[in-house]
Amino acid sequence: MTTPAGSAPAPGKKLNRIGLEVLQYRGSKTTLCAGCGHNAISERIIESCYDLGVDPKRVLKLSGIGCSSKSPAYFLSQAHGFNSVHGRMPSVATGALLANRTMAAIGISGDGDTGAIGVGQFVHLMRRNLPLVYIIEDNGCYGLTKGQFSPTADVGSTLKNGVVNDLPPIDTCVMAIELGATFVARSFSGDKKQLTALLKGALSHKGTAMLDVLSPCVTFNDHEGSTKSYSYVKDHEEPVADVSFVPYFEDIAIEQEEGTSRTVTLHDGSKIVLHKLDRDFDPTSRGESLRVLRETSERGEYATGLLYVDPAKKDFCSMLNLVDEPLAFLPPAVTRPPASVLDELMDKQR
Amino acid sequence: MATTDSAVRSTPESVHRTANEFSIQVATVNGSGSQTANLILIRSLFQMGIPVSGKNLFPSNIAGLPTWYTIRANKHGYIARKKEIDFLVAMNPETAREDVLTLDPGGVVVYDEPLNLSGLRSDLTFYPVPFDKLVAAVCPDAKLRRLVRNMIYDGVVAYLLEIELGEMEKALSRQLGKKQKALALNLGALKAGFDYAQEHFQTKAPFRVERMNATAGKILIEGNAAAAIGCLMAGVTVVAWYPITPSSSLCESLIDLLRKYRMDKTTGQATFAVVQAEDEIAALGMVIGASWAGARAMTSTSGPGISLMGEFTGLGYYAEIPALIFDIQRVGPSTGLPTRTAQGDILTTAVLSHGDTRHPLLLPCSVHECYQMAIDGFDLAERLQTPVFIMSDLDLGMNMWMSEPFEYPAEGFDRGKVLDAAALKQVGEWGRYQDVDGDGIPWRTLPGTDMPAYFARGSGHNEKGQYSERSDDYERNLDRLTKKFKTAAALVPAPEIDRPKDAKVGLIAYGTSHWAVVETRDQLRQEAGLETSYLRLKAYPFTPALSEFIDHHDRIYVVEQNRDAQMVALMRMDLDPARAAKIRSVLHYNGLPIDARTVTDAVLAQEGLAVAHAAAAVEAPHAAGVGGE
Repeated sequence: MTTPAGSAPAPGKKLNRIGLEVLQYRGSKTTLCAGCGHNAISERIIESCYDLGVDPKRVLKLSGIGCSSKSPAYFLSQAHGFNSVHGRMPSVATGALLANRTMAAIGISGDGDTGAIGVGQFVHLMRRNLPLVYIIEDNGCYGLTKGQFSPTADVGSTLKNGVVNDLPPIDTCVMAIELGATFVARSFSGDKKQLTALLKGALSHKGTAMLDVLSPCVTFNDHEGSTKSYSYVKDHEEPVADVSFVPYFEDIAIEQEEGTSRTVTLHDGSKIVLHKLDRDFDPTSRGESLRVLRETSERGEYATGLLYVDPAKKDFCSMLNLVDEPLAFLPPAVTRPPASVLDELMDKQR
Repeated sequence: MATTDSAVRSTPESVHRTANEFSIQVATVNGSGSQTANLILIRSLFQMGIPVSGKNLFPSNIAGLPTWYTIRANKHGYIARKKEIDFLVAMNPETAREDVLTLDPGGVVVYDEPLNLSGLRSDLTFYPVPFDKLVAAVCPDAKLRRLVRNMIYDGVVAYLLEIELGEMEKALSRQLGKKQKALALNLGALKAGFDYAQEHFQTKAPFRVERMNATAGKILIEGNAAAAIGCLMAGVTVVAWYPITPSSSLCESLIDLLRKYRMDKTTGQATFAVVQAEDEIAALGMVIGASWAGARAMTSTSGPGISLMGEFTGLGYYAEIPALIFDIQRVGPSTGLPTRTAQGDILTTAVLSHGDTRHPLLLPCSVHECYQMAIDGFDLAERLQTPVFIMSDLDLGMNMWMSEPFEYPAEGFDRGKVLDAAALKQVGEWGRYQDVDGDGIPWRTLPGTDMPAYFARGSGHNEKGQYSERSDDYERNLDRLTKKFKTAAALVPAPEIDRPKDAKVGLIAYGTSHWAVVETRDQLRQEAGLETSYLRLKAYPFTPALSEFIDHHDRIYVVEQNRDAQMVALMRMDLDPARAAKIRSVLHYNGLPIDARTVTDAVLAQEGLAVAHAAAAVEAPHAAGVGGE
């Protein structure tokens, strides 16, 4: 379980900018299947937090129920975690961040947890622009109950036993963009470079950062006929741009070539640099993002990368105009009005 | 409760006219603006020092369906609903006939003249009033007439009952003080009604009003508004809610209070967060998330919301997260009668969610307890680290009740066992679910502090909070939760007991049934010479006082407002079978607030004593209350 950090690392150990070694970002040993995409995502979270120098004690990890939702136990063991109920993590995260707006928060969900039982809470989370990194570990099936289709399974994809999915998929990225999320990305658990850059961007963004990460289920959904298998995703991944991340604390000059790259500056001053691939893509245009998503899905392909970003929109805590200090720690002198207020209220009722 | 008789002056007129002991029912159409007129009526009685209570029997509808407002004035201080109507104001053509036919003989009817009701009965006194003609004279603007028309009956009633016109005017200017034009129009209508009655009615009503001094210093407030003030004084920081009748006005009142008293006047910065959630599931999810992170968080709902909150309540119980939930109970099952009252969620809430769960319930009977239990509820939830429910109801939450003013809390907050450096030293090696102190309550840590983190989960866990499917871990954890619930019994408010020495029969009630039982005890004594004891439950779990009380009596009657004797079911679960065998039930579940007559008759019947007043009359609203949602 958890032990507070503090013991000085052995000399020679590599430390990050806040003096922690990567070990201090790890969690307990995974109990997911060997080769599960979710484990790779946990690794990228560990790396990203280490590289950015995120203080693990200042992070909340939250999840719903399912294979994906087990994974917060496998990273950042010094962070407080909450494995809540199926599809309802958004509400728990909302309450927690309102109670303490100074914390960073990572929510891990799955495609069933988000797209089926939790679609209502997902919708309203996106609308509120809560400052939360929301990751869907998307494998198109229910792993923990042995492989049933989830709502992100594509039409015509098959189960291991040959059953065909007749229903259209929910595209969580399209939903997130339409509903008001301010950082929307899709990636692949096997694309180390892209996923790390997007995670770092998400962690530096102030507002809901929704990452749909295709994360193949090696046990139930990695066969021919699945559109969420390693080989299918690898062959059909179509990045909208080549993405790299430059943190605010690194003094790196960004080479800006007219017409070949775009730079998005995030709330904390970090930058996401998007290098043009075969065509120009503007992630600040909601209309263009939705068009590209539709076109690629019609071709049976996955548009990946940073699909939409709006760094300027107010996040939920700012919208509510909360005081700077966490509501959870306000002293009674602030939260209990004086006796004169009660007298005033009583007089009104006499 | 005041039971002293006031000195009734024996003037020739008052010999035949009962003073300060009657009920008025105003029958109108929903949306016709009768609320102000009814409020003025109840307030002017209250201002004259007479104990009053008001019950709004309204439909689940914005406009068009029948609605009744009953006011009881009682010099003895009885404020439960009175079943029999003495004075009817019949304004609704749709229900007027039935409203008149169901009155007891000797009653009074003020009615809209065109309804032509006086031929229906010969044993009532009728006062026809040409409302349209009168309103046209005082309100030239035809569009505004609908709004002031009802004030005319206030004037008529004032004359017939001798309510001081000055008090009505005072109540009216208090209500409409800032709206000068509306005030003038309403005052005109009030006067027109009074003058018309004075001119046309030679005989006054057989009831009358006489100034008393029983309300001095008291307030008149709805339970939901009282609970909102309690939440404010308890320092609530996160509120998440979903609109539902009859609970919405609690959070709406609270929002007004928070905006007024907890927001920086210049910057607009708030020391609170309020979220109108997408449903009740999310509302409780937010409360659980906020409480986990250390906020004082609450939500308010009614039966349908309670059903939806089952899942998160189980999580809160098992992961041991505080939460305060107000249940303003209404009639179920399913959508039920959304605007009628019941105590129908007791059993389901006490054991809400799957698996073995038990939840503390607080049972307010008064607006004062709505206030006090809101404050105590936050302390209790944090002390016990578990969801705590405050079981109010529509009658308490949405009706006006007299009360002594609320006291400013003498104690500070109890934030419970939250680990800090000093406590960590004392505890030694910390485990989130370890019973260090022997009371079943573990120590928790909060995110954003320097204390060790833990992983909260609804899945099986050991004392360290680690995932565990081990049988011994599971059993030990469940047994500790049982111990914690025993600890809860020592922390919840103790029942209120009145036990005369020789009483063989004991009454038990909770919540709003209390006011009927107070009156029933007097009726039983006066009508049948039956002396009873009384225990009013203020909380679940039960305390040993309940068992002791049962032991002292031959028979116990538990009075509650549901069909299935839900509190008795909990008693059968928790009490010794020999004690449970003494229990009988008095049940009231027609959606109307419980009245003493019903309780008294039921007890007398079960005791095999003669029923003095077999008032089995059909009650008008319950027969006529049909319509859409």
